[in-house]
Amino acid sequence: MQFHSPTSFAEAAKLAADAEGITRFLAGGTDVLVQLRADAVTPDTLIDIKQISGTHDITRRADGGWDLGVAVTGAEMTEHPDLSTDWPGLVEGMDLIGSTQIQGRATLTGNLCNGSPAADGVPGMVTAGVTVTVTGPDGDRVMPVEDIPAGPGRTTLAKGEVISAVHIPPRGAYGGDAYLRFIPRTEMDIAVVGCSVSLRRDGDVITEARVCLGAVAPTVVLVEDAAKALIGSALDEAALDALAAAAEAACNPINDKRGTIEFRTEVAGVLAKRAAKIAYDRAGGAK
Amino acid sequence: MSKKFHVSTTVNGDPVEFLCDSRETVLDVLRDRLSLTGAKEGCGTGDCGACSITVDDRLVCACLMLGAEAEGKSIETVEGIAAGEDLHPLQKRFIEYAALQCGICTPGILVAAKNLLEKHPDPTEEQVRYWLAGNLCRCTGYDKIIRAVMDTAAEMREAS
Ligand code: FES
Ligand code: FES
Repeated sequence: MQFHSPTSFAEAAKLAADAEGITRFLAGGTDVLVQLRADAVTPDTLIDIKQISGTHDITRRADGGWDLGVAVTGAEMTEHPDLSTDWPGLVEGMDLIGSTQIQGRATLTGNLCNGSPAADGVPGMVTAGVTVTVTGPDGDRVMPVEDIPAGPGRTTLAKGEVISAVHIPPRGAYGGDAYLRFIPRTEMDIAVVGCSVSLRRDGDVITEARVCLGAVAPTVVLVEDAAKALIGSALDEAALDALAAAAEAACNPINDKRGTIEFRTEVAGVLAKRAAKIAYDRAGGAK
Repeated sequence: MSKKFHVSTTVNGDPVEFLCDSRETVLDVLRDRLSLTGAKEGCGTGDCGACSITVDDRLVCACLMLGAEAEGKSIETVEGIAAGEDLHPLQKRFIEYAALQCGICTPGILVAAKNLLEKHPDPTEEQVRYWLAGNLCRCTGYDKIIRAVMDTAAEMREAS
């Protein structure tokens, strides 16, 4: 296995574009190295992006949004004094992944690129409207997060393309988000269903909303009908019921011993309602 | 012949250089090249915490980091916890409370607990349990470990 530590994303993209066989980018390694050890994916080329400057930075932009380096760890996100004030749901999704040790290495971008439909970090990115810069042999382009996953373990990134930065929009006034997941244990498990809701209020009325489900389809899903059910409402019972119905309708889950199709579908509706209530309270100023 | 990586790092305060192959983890390097066998391989996949070390003061699994990634880093292992013959307060409490039986999990738990107390000198029991949730122990049932950590925290707060 070839191992490279380039010092720029252009160099990383070139190395990947020129590499033969299986190439993986190494950020925290909490998926890549597990797959390597288990002989599930044995890369011919491994490209460590952590020597590239800026990859460890959390920066607030002039517009109030945030830029995250792709090697920022879950622990660094959770410890940041202001990031979780703006985006508690996004940060709590990342924070749910693994143990303290895993949090010391795991990254949001890695969680996205691993392509798991059950990735806890991804629904919060989708509802926040996060975009990523993708660097490839022909330069940079910016893509919404929801366009990255292609199916279990797969992304839409082409050979030679690497995510080089994460951009979180400004939270703005009266906004709130929340992420909830169901797992059969109390900690450190893979989501059977995950749901993130982000919304904005004008007084009691919801003016903007995004709802994303995880682990109920081959990729995370942004559920537009669920957002429509919320917008214009004051989160009354009718809106919550419409939200749950839209969330259930968007489910296309697998059936396994951790959750049947019926169970996952019903839980998606329940979590959507609960996450919406938390996001609504946060948007109204609750912590 | 695959290329060997020449890595310069610091382990428990000492400058260390080693050669490793691209697939070797920090855990392999510590145990097989540096003869530091305190960190244990329980699973090799990040699940058990027996290989816990700190890298630049951040608690990580040594099995999930490559040796080649250690360039320029500062690594701490269980071997660096005691000052010579003087055991760290955590080590004393672990012995006193019988917070270990077979001892396989113990080096990782000591490293993890020390890192916790450095960041949070006054943790709640819930915080300790969450912090150590990635350190599995098949012997003790955890209660003695948690009590040892809580009481060491109290003792260290009084001493400081
Ligand atoms: S050996 Fe590293 S976590 Fe088990
Ligand atoms: S003492 Fe045996 S595993 Fe913990």
